[in-house]
Amino acid sequence: MATKTFAGKIIEINEEGYLVNASEWTPDVAKEIAAEEGIELTDLHFRVLDFIRDKAGSGVALTIRSIGNSGIIDIKQFYQLFPGGPLKKASRIAGIKKPSSCV
Amino acid sequence: MKKILILGGGTAGTIMVNKLRKALEREEWEITIVDQHRTHYYQPGFLFIPFDIYTRHDVVKPKGDFFPAGVNVVYAAIDRIEADRNRVHLEGGTFLQYDFLIIATGTQTRPDQTPGLKDALWYKEIFDFYTIEGAVALRDFFRKWEGGRLVMNIADLPYKCPVAPLEFIFLADAYFTKKGMRDKVDITYVTPLPGAFTKPVATRMLSELLQEKNIHIVPEFYLERIDNENKKLISYDEQEVPFDVLAIVPLNMGSDMIARSGLGDDLNYVLTDKHTLRSEKYENIFVLGDAANLPTSKAGSVAHFSAEILFENLMSAIEGRPLLAKFDGHANCYIETGFGKGSLIDFNYETEPLPGTFPLPGVGPFGLLKNTKMNHYGKVLFRWIYWHILLKGKELPVEAEMTMAGKKLWKF
Repeated sequence: MATKTFAGKIIEINEEGYLVNASEWTPDVAKEIAAEEGIELTDLHFRVLDFIRDKAGSGVALTIRSIGNSGIIDIKQFYQLFPGGPLKKASRIAGIKKPSSCV
Repeated sequence: MKKILILGGGTAGTIMVNKLRKALEREEWEITIVDQHRTHYYQPGFLFIPFDIYTRHDVVKPKGDFFPAGVNVVYAAIDRIEADRNRVHLEGGTFLQYDFLIIATGTQTRPDQTPGLKDALWYKEIFDFYTIEGAVALRDFFRKWEGGRLVMNIADLPYKCPVAPLEFIFLADAYFTKKGMRDKVDITYVTPLPGAFTKPVATRMLSELLQEKNIHIVPEFYLERIDNENKKLISYDEQEVPFDVLAIVPLNMGSDMIARSGLGDDLNYVLTDKHTLRSEKYENIFVLGDAANLPTSKAGSVAHFSAEILFENLMSAIEGRPLLAKFDGHANCYIETGFGKGSLIDFNYETEPLPGTFPLPGVGPFGLLKNTKMNHYGKVLFRWIYWHILLKGKELPVEAEMTMAGKKLWKF
């Protein structure tokens, strides 16, 4: 596994750049990953990231629709906050695994 | 008398009721199956109707023909499950009591959930082929169509039979070629996935086929609404795809009854342990087939393989033993590719579809991720197997658990 320095910490990442251990995530780590994706995080972004981290911790599959049902933002806003592949980008910034779509 | 109640008499429920009636003493166990519809559809056959390969007659039989003697059959709509009291309420105010409950209420297409879908163009220039009505309406449309832009779109994930939309465009390519008008038909595949399929090896094989057949692909397109006036698909990030005729897989959802019972996720799929197939909330509720929120395909093959695991675990639960059988997510799908050929994929939770032979290692007769005539015959024969063997819960020469024998590990 590769490692990378985010916010002064050496963090293990997989070949697609997702954190290996969600527990190594901090808001500062999130800001630096977001910068790589060309996104500057606002409070609204962080509320979505918290929702995603909670949901991932509960073991329930994360979907774009479930974020639309979160009560925080609708799907259209989700696309605006994380343009181009919002679920993948938001998951990476939230420090969780890449969401797997089942076949 | 102890009671087992099965909700849903589709593929999953029918397989289960047959297995259970055979295994359990009639004096000891009363088995009841509930479904609101009396017709059993051979759903894999819907795909062939738009192309005049199957007729309605090929895919329809009475449900009652497949239920064994010695079970109660109740044709009624279900209001909700009251799991704390081991009861299922039916519409009209009656209820059924159970000791063990098996939920097999499947998944349904919900065109009402996408703005502009069930609107002016519905069944005029927009069709689904996951219902008999949609498949027949599309056949009538294609018979008279003179060509233009044919778009196949998947509205959202997950959806039933993940390879069906690909098969649809392969069969469309063959159909319009045979009609001598392929040059007048532009075929585009619009999907929320990053490619033709989710897993890399199968995606590569399928992308090559798409290219070979001159079919365009628009990936990462997440449908927001349909503009009926300008005949366009519009995504959440404002991409647009124009169409003259649209074949669509509408959003799939589990039964609203699951939501009313408080047992489901955002899409009304029952929260289910992916290995034991037991409800995450109640020890005497099991879930079979598309109704469960398992991270594998929603497909008849999954219902079939997981039925064996559920059966073993239910027997253990009845006897108060731990649930030792573990479902591995095994799925197996024939992929019709047109012109009398087909491909085949076999996979589970952990292993993506790989090339090789099936079911006998090195022998076949079916080729995994290969485009062969034999695979097509497999699919054709399967309809007979479905009606005569599978639904009756009889043994097939294929193991419930996926095997690596006969598969080749692929390195890029």
